[in-house]
Amino acid sequence: MTALAVENLWKEYGDQVVLENVSLSIAPRSFVAVVGPSGCGKSTLLRILLGQERVSRGRVTLDGAPLPVEPGPDRGVVYQRYSVFPHLSVLGNVMLGPELQSARFLGRTFGAARRRLAEDARKMIADVGLSGAEGKYPAQLSGGMQQRLALAQALMMKPRVLLLDEPFGALDPGIRSDIHKLMKRLWHERPMTVIMVTHDLREAFTLGTRVIALGRIRDLPEEAMRYGASITKDIEIWPPRVAGGQTLFDTEIPQGRDDPPVDTIPTGRPDPATET
Amino acid sequence: MRLINQQFSPAARAALRLTPFILLIIVYFIGSAARLADNPGDKLLPAMSSIANAVDLMAFTPDRRTGEYLLWTDTWSSLKRLGAGLGISTLLALVIGISIGILPFFRALLSPFVSFISMVPPLALLPILFISLGLGETSKIALIVIGVAPIMIRDLAQTVLALPREQIVKAETLSASSWLIALRIILPQALPRLLGSLRLQLGPAFLFLIAAEAISADSGLGYRIFLVRRYLSMDVIFPYVAWITFLAASADFAIDRFRRWLFPWSEMEGGK
Repeated sequence: MTALAVENLWKEYGDQVVLENVSLSIAPRSFVAVVGPSGCGKSTLLRILLGQERVSRGRVTLDGAPLPVEPGPDRGVVYQRYSVFPHLSVLGNVMLGPELQSARFLGRTFGAARRRLAEDARKMIADVGLSGAEGKYPAQLSGGMQQRLALAQALMMKPRVLLLDEPFGALDPGIRSDIHKLMKRLWHERPMTVIMVTHDLREAFTLGTRVIALGRIRDLPEEAMRYGASITKDIEIWPPRVAGGQTLFDTEIPQGRDDPPVDTIPTGRPDPATET
Repeated sequence: MRLINQQFSPAARAALRLTPFILLIIVYFIGSAARLADNPGDKLLPAMSSIANAVDLMAFTPDRRTGEYLLWTDTWSSLKRLGAGLGISTLLALVIGISIGILPFFRALLSPFVSFISMVPPLALLPILFISLGLGETSKIALIVIGVAPIMIRDLAQTVLALPREQIVKAETLSASSWLIALRIILPQALPRLLGSLRLQLGPAFLFLIAAEAISADSGLGYRIFLVRRYLSMDVIFPYVAWITFLAASADFAIDRFRRWLFPWSEMEGGK
């Protein structure tokens, strides 16, 4: 069962081959981290999955059906920058998606529908830890808060696939680890597949269920144009992370102890030794 | 300390701001007094008293022939033309500028054409306008629109094109149609810039207005200035010029205040 399948994908800009022969099938509810050196086509792959760019050769399917040729509400996105709208307040940003979806002419809802929507939006804002900032504009928020807002805005559409393009790359380490916790929780709680492009290996292994490395197999300067990047490593995280479950590595160890009692550690898969 | 790091108290800053204005007035008085001492009948730099007389005559005394207060009738007819011209230009800029900015079809169709049209010197078109549209209000408003609209359209289209592509894609993932993207994403972010562009075009708009009125009109600020020029009535021309400047400066200030009030986010870092 695959949520998203990429078959023999090639992407060329004129003479320049960017991606060559990329094949990938992504299971539903997985959290795939795509890593690789700068300029190796990570973001291009993400833009293709988003529907912003077309493939040169090959095909991409979402639940067996060819991917729509333009972005739509089934695939949410959070970028490193410019993910939220500067002219809308926090509440306005979070309400925007459902408003656009329900009011196809004015793009605004009124009366009881609006109040219901505002209530949903407030819950979502609280869920990402932005309570109290509803009336602020994005320019009044810190970088980390803006990314929380961008996540809330995207999640209001209940996307099947959430695409993240270096979403936490510009944040301070402390803020980044906070938002990693949030990201993990959101992925556990919501029925979505996440694909995250990042250049931070640590981040990739902290969050992902699977890490995919893109890279150029042939890297001679004189042939750089004619050979694109391909998948060089495909690593399943072990012990496997399961959406909604926890593994050894995800256990929060209380302060003051370095060693939690064994029986309190949940495992990702049933342990044959304890089975009768 | 380097000159670039100089800091002033509020009082000193206020004094500095006023200095050029006060200097201008002093220079005028000195020049005027010197000329009047040579020749009491001099009309070039009239004394404040004769300017005050002229203002009283133009603004607060009904005209002997028509019974109207000339300054106010002139102001009203000029502002009507200016308002119509700038209003039409703003509307054109909004519709065409945003279309060029977001729709590839209109960008291909209109972008080179608008750039071409904006290079036509509007004043060179004035005779054509008078011949084809007559000497009435239409030709004057048309001159303002031709002079101002193409630049506003280009400016707005540039603004829309400069919005990050990420925002548009994000809106698409939030299920927006082209229309909704224009209405809820582009329009609100283009409007502050449109108001800014309108402020910058106030000067050119007045230029075209006065040029049109100078040639053919029966009232208007530019008409009056060019009428009394025949009698070397500097005592009327100076207050008229000051009045026009004041009108333009207040409009400039008012539009900026309006923008800040309507789009508070456009003042913040990150909003444009």
